[in-house]
Amino acid sequence: MNSAKYVAGKALRMLTLLIALCIVSFILVKNSPIDPVQAYIGADMMRVSEEQREQIAENWGLDKPPVEQFISWAGAIVQGDFGTSMIYRVPVLTVIGNRFTASLALMGVAWLLSGIFGFLMGVIAGMNKGKLIDRAIKWYCLTLAATPTFWLGLILLMIFSVWLGWFPIGLGVPVGVLSENVTLSEKIYHLILPALTLSIVGVANIALHTRQKLLDVLESDYILFARANGESGLGLVWKHGVRNIMLPAVTLQFASFSELFGGSVLAEQVFSYPGLGQATVQAGLRGDVPLLLGIVLISAIFVFTGNLIGDIICSIVDPRIKEGRASV
Amino acid sequence: MNTKQTSKFSHSNASIMNRSTESLANPEELLVVKNLSVSFIQYAKGLKQLNLEVICDLNVSVNSGEIVAIVGSSGSGKSLLAHAILGILPTNAKVTGTIRYQGQALTTERQKVFRGREISLIPQSVNYLDPLMKVGEQVQNTIRTKDAKQLQQQVFERYHLSKEAGLLYPFQLSGGMARRVLVATAVSGGAKLIIADEPTPGLHPEVVAETLAHLKELANQGCGVMMITHDIEAAMKIADRIAVFYAGTTVEVAPIEDFKEGGEALRHPYTRALWMALPENDFKPIPGFQPTPTDLPPGCLFEPRCHLRTAECQCKKPEMQDLRGGQVRCIHAT
Repeated sequence: MNSAKYVAGKALRMLTLLIALCIVSFILVKNSPIDPVQAYIGADMMRVSEEQREQIAENWGLDKPPVEQFISWAGAIVQGDFGTSMIYRVPVLTVIGNRFTASLALMGVAWLLSGIFGFLMGVIAGMNKGKLIDRAIKWYCLTLAATPTFWLGLILLMIFSVWLGWFPIGLGVPVGVLSENVTLSEKIYHLILPALTLSIVGVANIALHTRQKLLDVLESDYILFARANGESGLGLVWKHGVRNIMLPAVTLQFASFSELFGGSVLAEQVFSYPGLGQATVQAGLRGDVPLLLGIVLISAIFVFTGNLIGDIICSIVDPRIKEGRASV
Repeated sequence: MNTKQTSKFSHSNASIMNRSTESLANPEELLVVKNLSVSFIQYAKGLKQLNLEVICDLNVSVNSGEIVAIVGSSGSGKSLLAHAILGILPTNAKVTGTIRYQGQALTTERQKVFRGREISLIPQSVNYLDPLMKVGEQVQNTIRTKDAKQLQQQVFERYHLSKEAGLLYPFQLSGGMARRVLVATAVSGGAKLIIADEPTPGLHPEVVAETLAHLKELANQGCGVMMITHDIEAAMKIADRIAVFYAGTTVEVAPIEDFKEGGEALRHPYTRALWMALPENDFKPIPGFQPTPTDLPPGCLFEPRCHLRTAECQCKKPEMQDLRGGQVRCIHAT
């Protein structure tokens, strides 16, 4: 009963979020300097007459009032028709689907690595508070937290691709190979550097939060009592620490879907990696309104799902959250 | 535990041991704390170090089958005494003096072995339980034999806790259940000395009575119980002796009869003032505050608030002296 209510509540929240998002992004695009007709015609500008342009506008309903335009656009979205990308000349959902799988591999790897290493670093630092290793980890994290992703990407490219020549300079696959001939190892080879960039930046946040939480937990009354009962050392941290410090780490890691997405936009741009991030930049720069709006909606769902999964995991780890939810 | 504390401990223990190995007093004496001082090193402005003495020259003993209540207001260092006995003080704490358990010095090594087995703690509140672990599991954690699960269920049964109670998380326990779980945790290791740190804070009278009954029962079974509390009335209900704590030291140890009689039967002016402040007596507090560890008076710690004070009181800390079957730290006591 309670979980049904919970799911319904979350679904409603998502729906309202998407509606609000549609309205806001529609208004933003409507008021942006992008002229959809011009974006559509592109280089053929000279060969299209004024009358033809007006016909296109009329055909698209651009002469109608904005509210009517919104309703017809939103109606299409509801039916799953996101329109056709002007750059790629294929349906928006197809573009997003292709790009998303490429990005997902990149983001997934970066996400997992930063989560695992960040957590471990936080635990190591917290257990050795004030010692050299703690100070080293803290220094590393604070420096990284102040480092822009794209800059780090450039540095890594310079060192590992240009100077050392260990990794390709960019792109998701080798140049001059048919897409059906690209092997998995080649894809992984191209993935390593951008994924590394994203995960190096990603550990800082989670490591610092985990460290602080572990310090709090170690000073808590229940750790004192556990020690009074003869527990000590790693066993103590393992039994009472890990579960208690997992919560912020899980919350943070799943909430970081949005940052990951933002980070991948920059990393993909630097590495010319053909993911969703790069498609976003292209859609923005070249006025591909259908693609841009499609990406906005899909990424909102993506981030929302991330937060939702985080919430669910937290309530499994901490029974108090579930109880609190039931009593609300 | 930090090394500073270890070395300090064993050193001072050795010197006392030499003096008193032959004259082991009462064989029933389970725990004897003598001249215990606990201080913390604090960093003040710049590189200046401050030595903050929170417990000084504390004397107290607990016999098997006896309940000794340690009574004092908050901030008098009562909980730290419990932590010092268990050896779980923070690492920046410095401990001097001796603690003897069953006639032998309680060294850091022995503390490690005894914690949770021979000596156990009943904590103040359910906050001392891991919030994310089922309580049954937590009790099993403190039992280090193979049949932990069975033992835990036996102990739970003894305290009228159902099998299902073991599957609850601490936040799901009612006040009374929480108390019983805490007591169950402490006794599950078969402890001979039980230190109850504020076992009755702000509880429903029925729960207080139940908790006190549990402590009394443990003492009747032969355990030594040290009950740390600020609730004199609760202490008077079950304790055999009461030690009165003031600003980090014991000012008086008196048998319970003296407290029941009150007034002149008590030895120290602070104890008398405490007794007078009880609702059924005068219900009148004395003026002034307990001094903080940062500015202790040079002489007797109670001197600034004492109506018996003389010039002599300001010069020297009075020693603990035996008087009428109890002990007192006051040169004017009769």
